[in-house]
Amino acid sequence: MSSTTASAAALPADPKAPAAGAVKKPVNPRSAKRRRTLAQWGFIAPAVIFMALFFGYPLVRNIVMSFQDYSPSTFFTGEAPFNGLDNWKNVFNDGLFGKALWQTILFTVGSLVGQFCIGLALAVFFTRRFPLNGILRSLILLPWLVPMVVSGIVWRRIFDQDTGVLNSFLGTVGLPGDTPWLTSTSMALFSVVLVNIWIGIPFNMVILYGGLQEVPKELNEAASLDGASAWRTFRSVTLPMLKPVITVVLVLGFMSTVKILDLVLALTDGGPADSTQTLGTLTYQNSFVQMDFGAGAVVGNILILISAVFAVFYLRVNRNEGK
Amino acid sequence: MRRPRRRLNRRVIVPLTVVSALLGGVVLSGCGQQRDPDVYTVMNSSTDESYHRWDAQTLARCSKSLGVKIEQQSVPASQVMTKALRMASSKSLPDVLQLDASEMPTFAEAGGLIPLKDLGLTTKDIPEGIVNFGSYDGKYYGAARTVNTLALFYNKDTLDKAGLKVPTTWAEMQDTAKKLTQGKRYGLALSAGGAEDGVFQFTPFMWSNGGDETKLDSPQVAGALDYWKALLKDGSLSKSTVNWTQADVNDQFMAGNAAMMINGPWQVESLNAKKGLNWGIAQIPVPKAGDDSVGPLGGGILTVPNTGDEAREKMSARIIGCMSGEQEQITYAINSWMVPANEKAAAVWRTKAPELAALADQVATARSRTAKLGAQWSSVSLALQSAFQSALTGESSEAALKRAQQQVTSGN
Repeated sequence: MSSTTASAAALPADPKAPAAGAVKKPVNPRSAKRRRTLAQWGFIAPAVIFMALFFGYPLVRNIVMSFQDYSPSTFFTGEAPFNGLDNWKNVFNDGLFGKALWQTILFTVGSLVGQFCIGLALAVFFTRRFPLNGILRSLILLPWLVPMVVSGIVWRRIFDQDTGVLNSFLGTVGLPGDTPWLTSTSMALFSVVLVNIWIGIPFNMVILYGGLQEVPKELNEAASLDGASAWRTFRSVTLPMLKPVITVVLVLGFMSTVKILDLVLALTDGGPADSTQTLGTLTYQNSFVQMDFGAGAVVGNILILISAVFAVFYLRVNRNEGK
Repeated sequence: MRRPRRRLNRRVIVPLTVVSALLGGVVLSGCGQQRDPDVYTVMNSSTDESYHRWDAQTLARCSKSLGVKIEQQSVPASQVMTKALRMASSKSLPDVLQLDASEMPTFAEAGGLIPLKDLGLTTKDIPEGIVNFGSYDGKYYGAARTVNTLALFYNKDTLDKAGLKVPTTWAEMQDTAKKLTQGKRYGLALSAGGAEDGVFQFTPFMWSNGGDETKLDSPQVAGALDYWKALLKDGSLSKSTVNWTQADVNDQFMAGNAAMMINGPWQVESLNAKKGLNWGIAQIPVPKAGDDSVGPLGGGILTVPNTGDEAREKMSARIIGCMSGEQEQITYAINSWMVPANEKAAAVWRTKAPELAALADQVATARSRTAKLGAQWSSVSLALQSAFQSALTGESSEAALKRAQQQVTSGN
């Protein structure tokens, strides 16, 4: 068995005990192995404990809570009677749920498409060498550094129909300067998506830019020698090489977009007339405005489920890439 | 030779212990903190520097007169409720909890509050409306130091220049607002945002018109909403009204983008700080001359959470008694531009802040949002905000309110 030697090798050389080797007692191989296993578990334990406490526990709690009548009095009495599927029925019967679900889909798809396309275009753009490349690239990172709520508040001012910068700019260049960005039920969601795209571009750009650096230049050169146009080279060489990175960007982007809350609250509070309610704001509203924590948990669980499906998809794709 | 072995163990054990201790610390600190027998805590939402300071001064005076140490803990207004609930489950509630009056019924219904009369506080000299404001289900749970409500703020210079009088009826206000709407300036600004701000602003129109939160689809409520729609149609209200909070409304007024606004006294501090702004204040106009202008009562109330320690609860009530005493009310009212809750204090305050007299009159007829519905208010409020936003963005008032009423009835 090599475990004895392995554990002995793992020992630090102790200069203060030079004679140690001479008087070394024979080490019991079984206890040494046990110790090693123990040590291995010891190193894993903090991570496991951490995951169980901060991810496992809340997750299970949230699932259980969605089957309970969890009201403010629960916090005092500790009693939350189980009420079967009542919370689920209430949520599904509420017309707002369907609306919020549909709007969440629109928001997520719209944001992802916009963020990804612009992010990719910028990433490709910055692979060229030109003066100020580095400075411009870091400037584009700015939206990423601004907290969501701050961007929300600033954009709300920019979008203001009468006094906003955007409309007065559009007006001066001869375009309609009274666009109801956030004040019309048909425009508001679109505007919120625009802001989220603005916020998401840096993330997409940085990751895709990194991915592009990995694509060997020789391949592009070979393709152009074969007579492929720039677009053809990009489509048939660069994009396939970029596929693993694209999956990462899209899945991570999806998971951070689908649960959007702070941005919507800061921009529109879910209004006007619920036209920007998403599953995230619905959870918030159920739990912290109506204090119906059971219903809030239901919507929360649905969100987790949606994210989990995509996480599994992501893991599968990654595993296949590894093969 | 045991040295090397101990070394190995220590290498493993030290980081493990550190991590476990950290984790344990985090977990344990979330659960029950031991109360310090000599220190009483007051939790409020005075996170602004000025409010925090005024409260600290009040508490310093009270701790001197009562002979106990009092500490102030301030959390953002939107988090008071959830934080207090979390503290309830970990049995670490503060001794005095300042809640927004609209949140109190939820907390009281959950069994989280002790009726103040049981602890020896009286309601002498407090007008009935304000006692009701701090009551739920017939029990008086919360003492208000000051109350606030909404009023009509107007730009004196703009009105003078146009030769217009301060409107007192809906027709006058619509007419005045239309005349004052010029270029980038709107005649009137108010908040119809998709949160409690908007609902708060809708109540004076709904109530003064005889409408009621228990029947959202009544013609009176629809009439109030139609009035808002008419102002919007005239162009006297900005289309952004549905996106504005009360703070936004104040910004628009201060920037000269609105000649009049519906807002509350908490804006006075910033209004006064703006040089060259000559503003006045009046009661919110009523549907017909002679009607009562019924505004919403707002503001925080001081409550004693149910901690199970009777001796401490008695002392907490005395702290509330001191904080809401006549002199403290006047001091706080003058600092914060709100109206004292106590009648005698309000009379003294009127002489000291005569420019706000209209506000004191408005308070006299004002109503509490939760008096009729209690903890149900939040779901009605959500339905109502969705309804008036739908109506302001195109739907008919009747249809929008009918749906809101259905939503409330089926939802509960």
